[in-house]
Amino acid sequence: MRADKMRDVAIVAFAQSNCQRDAGAQNEVELIMPVLSEVFKQAGINNAQDVDFTCSGSCDYQQGAAFAFVAGVDALGAVPPIKESHVEMDAAWALYEAWLKIQMGQAESALLYGFGKSSPGELPIVLSQQLDPYYLAPLWVDSIAFAAMQARTMLDSGEITENDMAEVVARSRNNALANNPHAQLKGDQTAADLLKEATYVSPLRRHDCCPISDGACAMIICTIEKAKEWGKPYAVIKGIDHRIETHHIGSRDLSRSVSTEIAAKAAGVANGPVDVAELYAPFSHQEIILKKALGLGDDTVVNPSGGVLAGNVMMASGLSRIGEVAMRIIRGEAKRGVAHATSGPCLQQNLITVLEAK
Amino acid sequence: MSSSAETLSQAFTLGYTYTRSTGPIVGQFLTSLRARKMVGIKASDGKVLMPPVEFDPVSAAALTEFVDVADSGVVKTWCWVKEPRKAHPSDKPFAWAMILLDGADTPMLHWIDAGDEAAMSTGMRVKVRWAAETKGVMDDLNGFVPESVALLTELKPAASDEPIIGVESPSYLTYNFTAGKATSLYLRSMKEGKLVGQRCPKCRNVYIPPRGSCAACGVPTEEQVTLSNKATVESFTIVYIPIPGNPIKPPYVIANLVLDGANLSFLHLLSECKNEDVRIGMRVEALWRPEEEWGFAMENIQYFKPIDEPDMPVDQIGKLIDEGR
Repeated sequence: MRADKMRDVAIVAFAQSNCQRDAGAQNEVELIMPVLSEVFKQAGINNAQDVDFTCSGSCDYQQGAAFAFVAGVDALGAVPPIKESHVEMDAAWALYEAWLKIQMGQAESALLYGFGKSSPGELPIVLSQQLDPYYLAPLWVDSIAFAAMQARTMLDSGEITENDMAEVVARSRNNALANNPHAQLKGDQTAADLLKEATYVSPLRRHDCCPISDGACAMIICTIEKAKEWGKPYAVIKGIDHRIETHHIGSRDLSRSVSTEIAAKAAGVANGPVDVAELYAPFSHQEIILKKALGLGDDTVVNPSGGVLAGNVMMASGLSRIGEVAMRIIRGEAKRGVAHATSGPCLQQNLITVLEAK
Repeated sequence: MSSSAETLSQAFTLGYTYTRSTGPIVGQFLTSLRARKMVGIKASDGKVLMPPVEFDPVSAAALTEFVDVADSGVVKTWCWVKEPRKAHPSDKPFAWAMILLDGADTPMLHWIDAGDEAAMSTGMRVKVRWAAETKGVMDDLNGFVPESVALLTELKPAASDEPIIGVESPSYLTYNFTAGKATSLYLRSMKEGKLVGQRCPKCRNVYIPPRGSCAACGVPTEEQVTLSNKATVESFTIVYIPIPGNPIKPPYVIANLVLDGANLSFLHLLSECKNEDVRIGMRVEALWRPEEEWGFAMENIQYFKPIDEPDMPVDQIGKLIDEGR
């Protein structure tokens, strides 16, 4: 959707928890509360009563509890009652819903949060339940297998090499070491070090796959006018768009992300230089697909946080990508950036956000 | 249930035991499978989609024209699973693959029993290994094998020729549920025969069971409050409907009870009185099971029973008397 005919929306606050393999005794509410208090503090507001709308992203299948997102509302303080909504997917889509709410004039400000505890179940198998229920879900084909077949398509065509994939992972871990206190996987390995590792689900090695993480993140957005009233620095959402590809996996060209290409165009990625991009690439080769689909050149810093290969809180990672770019813009490290969020097998659904300094 | 100083956790399996209607397209595909035949469907651009879908992935037009497809074809891409997961269709290492069947234009996803990764390659030819007995389900395809493999299985004729219109599609997922900090505190206290709640630092409401946060204020609750075994009936219902799997025989009473010292109610059974005598304001007390039966569970309290105390006036129920509110 072209934001030039829309209201600019400001991101004023963002917080995320550490990505950890197992949050242990902490339940979802206990994961959410610290990031909520942090964004309230950053925005200089007291609680959820001080924004007009709240929307969260999570998925009950992850923890195996029905209506877990309702329990998540316990972290908010909903007396007197608030306007609240939920998406059963990544909180980047909760941001999209809130952005629409602001465009419609129904809210001036919104709180978004995403959370996920993937540790209780077998995540790749849990994710197989998002597949078509007749042909694919009964086979229990898991998320890693899809990505592995996608990677082989690209390797077979000569479009990428295993070394290209390892380079992505090495850069991710080095970036996480340098810039990301919340990262789960970080280190100074080289691609050559990584290639010594045996294959896992070949052609993928374990390091080509994002880790499984527990955690949460939160964000506050508002109109530019409201951000000025609050007196807080902010980054501006100049464009946002999402597109979905068919669930019929055989009909897709797995070596491209057509939906990302269309969303990038619609969101206006090419309308200026891109200083920084945070891409939700759960598998190393997908970063290469996305970089190409977004038309990013070598002057764009890709995944300075390490991206989701350094930590992947399902249902929060997409919003975190947007938050990572926004905070870099707010800190003056970049003028213009792109954030990408994905969902589904082999990058089935993609949401692109273009952010600029005010 | 396992327990440590940090965490209470318990494994459980969640079952979604769906029965799905297949509709005409998927139904026809499964009916054909049962007859050991593969069918695809013609898309708007003339390409044959495999497996068949109801709507064209590009134009969204409804599709209707089935096309026979061979039960052998070419591997377009694949991956090798060294350590199959419990849910997977093979317990030995195997390949997932996108297989382009002869006569189709899009590859379909299935698994290949090739024995060894070295036997796999992109472009190799494979054929279906039909199940000995077909039922009109995806498992009728017992994977694919390299085309050179001789199949000795004796094939039984299909048991029925009625069109497939529905399939059982149960899915079971196994989790290790971990109680949150507040829930762990509550369950640990139950194991010691105590009812422990938490007080909100802001609005002073006392939650039982505690939730780690005040749902009204959105702040963490940390102050523990040990509550009485005595309570007041805030509201109740009499259940007449038998619920499958529930050992309690109807009619029985479920009540919202406000424990002395708390002001928010919790739910438990009420017994040892005539159902018709139960009333709002009635005073009751917990009947604990014998101590040796106590676990980390709500069931440690068998039920609440009436006590010989005057009713609580309705406007006093849920008020924290010692707090003056």
